[in-house]
Amino acid sequence: MDLVAFLAERYNYWIFIVLMMMGLYIVIARGNLIKKLIGLNVFQTSVFIYYISIGKITGGTAPIYVAGDMERWAHGAGHDAGHGEGAAHGADALPGKDPLGAGALHADETLQGDFELAGNDLSTLTGEAHGAPDTQAVHAAPSDGVNDLLAAPPLKIEDHASAVADAAHKAAEVVYSNPLPHVLILTAIVVGIATTAVGLALVVRIREAYGTIEEDELEAIDNVAEFGETHAKGAAA
Amino acid sequence: MSLLAQLPVIPIIVPLVAAPLAVLMPAEKMGGRIPYIWTTLIAWTVFAACVAIFYSVATVGPISYHLGDWAPPIGIEYRIDLANALVLTLVSGIGALVFPFSYESIRSEIDPRQINLFYAALLICMVGLLGVTITGDAFNVFVFLEISSLSTYALVAMGANKDRRALTAAFNYLVMGTIGATFFVIGLGLLYQATGTLNMADVKFQLAGDNNRMVEAGFAFIIVGMGLKAAMFPMHLWMPNAYAYAPSAVSAFIAATSTKVAVYVIIRFIYTVIGADFDFASAAFAWLIAPLAIAGMFFASIVAIFQSDVKRMLAYSSVGQIGYMLFGVSFGTEQGLAASLVHLFNHGLMKGALFMAAAAVMLRVGSHACSGYAGLAKRMPLTAAAFIIAGLSLIGVPLTVGFISKWQLLSAAFDSGRPWAGFLIVASSFLAVIYIGRVIELMVLKPAPENAPPIKEAPLSMLIPMMILVAANIYFGLNTELTVDLAERAAHALMGAGR
Amino acid sequence: MSIEHLILRVVIKIMFAPILLFALYVQFHGDYGPGGGFQAGVIFAVGFILHALIMGLDETKRVMPIGVLKWLMVIGFLFYAGTGVATMLLGGNLLGYDAIDPASTHHAGQHWGILLVEFGVGMAVASTMMMIFYHFAGREPEIRDEDW
Repeated sequence: MDLVAFLAERYNYWIFIVLMMMGLYIVIARGNLIKKLIGLNVFQTSVFIYYISIGKITGGTAPIYVAGDMERWAHGAGHDAGHGEGAAHGADALPGKDPLGAGALHADETLQGDFELAGNDLSTLTGEAHGAPDTQAVHAAPSDGVNDLLAAPPLKIEDHASAVADAAHKAAEVVYSNPLPHVLILTAIVVGIATTAVGLALVVRIREAYGTIEEDELEAIDNVAEFGETHAKGAAA
Repeated sequence: MSLLAQLPVIPIIVPLVAAPLAVLMPAEKMGGRIPYIWTTLIAWTVFAACVAIFYSVATVGPISYHLGDWAPPIGIEYRIDLANALVLTLVSGIGALVFPFSYESIRSEIDPRQINLFYAALLICMVGLLGVTITGDAFNVFVFLEISSLSTYALVAMGANKDRRALTAAFNYLVMGTIGATFFVIGLGLLYQATGTLNMADVKFQLAGDNNRMVEAGFAFIIVGMGLKAAMFPMHLWMPNAYAYAPSAVSAFIAATSTKVAVYVIIRFIYTVIGADFDFASAAFAWLIAPLAIAGMFFASIVAIFQSDVKRMLAYSSVGQIGYMLFGVSFGTEQGLAASLVHLFNHGLMKGALFMAAAAVMLRVGSHACSGYAGLAKRMPLTAAAFIIAGLSLIGVPLTVGFISKWQLLSAAFDSGRPWAGFLIVASSFLAVIYIGRVIELMVLKPAPENAPPIKEAPLSMLIPMMILVAANIYFGLNTELTVDLAERAAHALMGAGR
Repeated sequence: MSIEHLILRVVIKIMFAPILLFALYVQFHGDYGPGGGFQAGVIFAVGFILHALIMGLDETKRVMPIGVLKWLMVIGFLFYAGTGVATMLLGGNLLGYDAIDPASTHHAGQHWGILLVEFGVGMAVASTMMMIFYHFAGREPEIRDEDW
């Protein structure tokens, strides 16, 4: 059973390997030039999937700077204590319903006022954290949340600077997927598009020049051109 | 802005900006001279910048340039030490000669309406090769490599105006090249997964001599991918046709540069990125690179003997010469590496000159079949002389660069306790005597065909760059200070970083 | 070459402007969320490609002539490279956006730089995509030479 689990856990690599082999096989085995190009595309796409899957973190969100929104929210809350509006804004800023993001929000809310509710919120926070899939990342969050809550009472709500700092601090707790492989693959996709376009353009030209896009026929035509009729027949057979 | 501080980026940004402008220039006014002159001037600017970089690296030390002011390892870094300064100078130097050389040859070989596109593509091809060489970021290598490859596919296909087989050659090159590049990307992904960084020096730092199967697999993918791009035997099948049917000036440029750059990347990844201390690296030297290099040296040279087309013959000979370079690397010694670097540089010089001579013959005789070379010594004496000198250099006759690199290889082989390797190098050189000798015999001893129309010598715009390259073949054969000493220092730095 | 399907023609007429608008949204949303020049450029080109598919290539070429595309490709690219060169002239490294507004405390230069670069990328990608489509769709086989 261990083996099954070992294989199943790495399903993204299996997808990558199967697609890659399929693509390579098509490139090698098919004689039609368009099919070769499609095989090449499958082959490249498998690599894109591989890169994207190594950058993905379970429960991670898109790497978008949440702290900026929190900053604004903290400012707004400091000025007119418009809780509902501000919180709604914050919720917008956190994409997905991941427990961690929600946790961060809760902690913020408590920071802004209702200290009585702090205990409650803390318990919900840790409760949610237990259910979270990515334990390592979540571990950090509750403890930081606790720290903030303990530190909160002495703070003045009007103290913009520290509120901003805290908001930024909490934003750092949001788990991001690693954006770098995704960006790399964006580049590779563009390269792939260019390759496909050049390849198709060549196929169009080949079709115009030879009247066929089957590799063996092309070879036969070239052999006729180079060695004359008889030799080509021998080579084709 | 201090020009000196911005120097490393000039060889990249200047042609990159100039190439699209060349697209806008008129192709048919003044016989397409406008884009020609424009791109030639740019190529000279780039060469000047590369020489300045080379001088600065040789006297002061490695240069590191941070793109976007982001410090490495997070940002992309252009890092130039002696090894890539040498390759940079080679690529830009060949570029500076091929651009002025190409005009007459290209005008007769491609569709005249495409001349502006041709020069833009050639410039972009050069940018790609320079970028691969200059960058210190592993993924950047892939991007620039594809920039140069894509433009090369288009350039090769432009030969279709003369011979439609250029199209199938370009298509095969595209398929093989893309597979190679994708393998390279897979290898990079594995390395990135193992280390979390893409900066070349930082990959090695993070690995810290730690071996695991992910790194091994990444290394294998990178070697195979780059081997495809470098036409390492037996992954060379795209190359003979691509070189034979590409427009002649393009053959001269890519034969002298693109495979060399791929070999450089192999060296760079073995020493700077992975580090050659690993068991699997030395195993790869002993059981993969060395046997394939030897097979390439012999097999490709033997195939070259039986070619009836001079450009194809030269292409097969290139496969053999790539074998020499990799053979030198596979010794795993500083001297072997230095010999490889010297040969890399020297081979660029001789293959450039040989393909240029072939281009001149193509222009005047209209063919690159061997039969067209009969009696050429009388019909086109200067071109024939250039071909002969560069050919002798390829064989390794004293007073030429070929001798220097063979000598370096031989002494590296003996010093590393591989006398058999020295024997193999000499033996395969005799094969070069046969295939080059065959053409020389045709040119000097055979009379021209009876009914051959009288032909002129190649135009000056072609002769001068060709003669400069031939002179370089002799100059660097006499004055070894520049190449050999620098290659030794470069090898020392590469290996030193490996310790 | 145009098709006489009324429904398709009406639909593309309605869709055309929103597609371009969406492309611009993706383009300028790139600062705050997923988006940016590449994606926006492709979406922008899709509007024109759809137009060409339904209305015929000749109609689209009247809206967006091939000569204009060539210039757009180059200008778009030069926007990108030009931003890099401008930062060099301002004393930074290539694409060192902070040089645009060095006095700023919150890296306003980075915002300006990426905005300009993405604008250039979007322009270049959109025009390149259209150019590729034009060349594939509008290609007339050359008359075969006898000597081939």
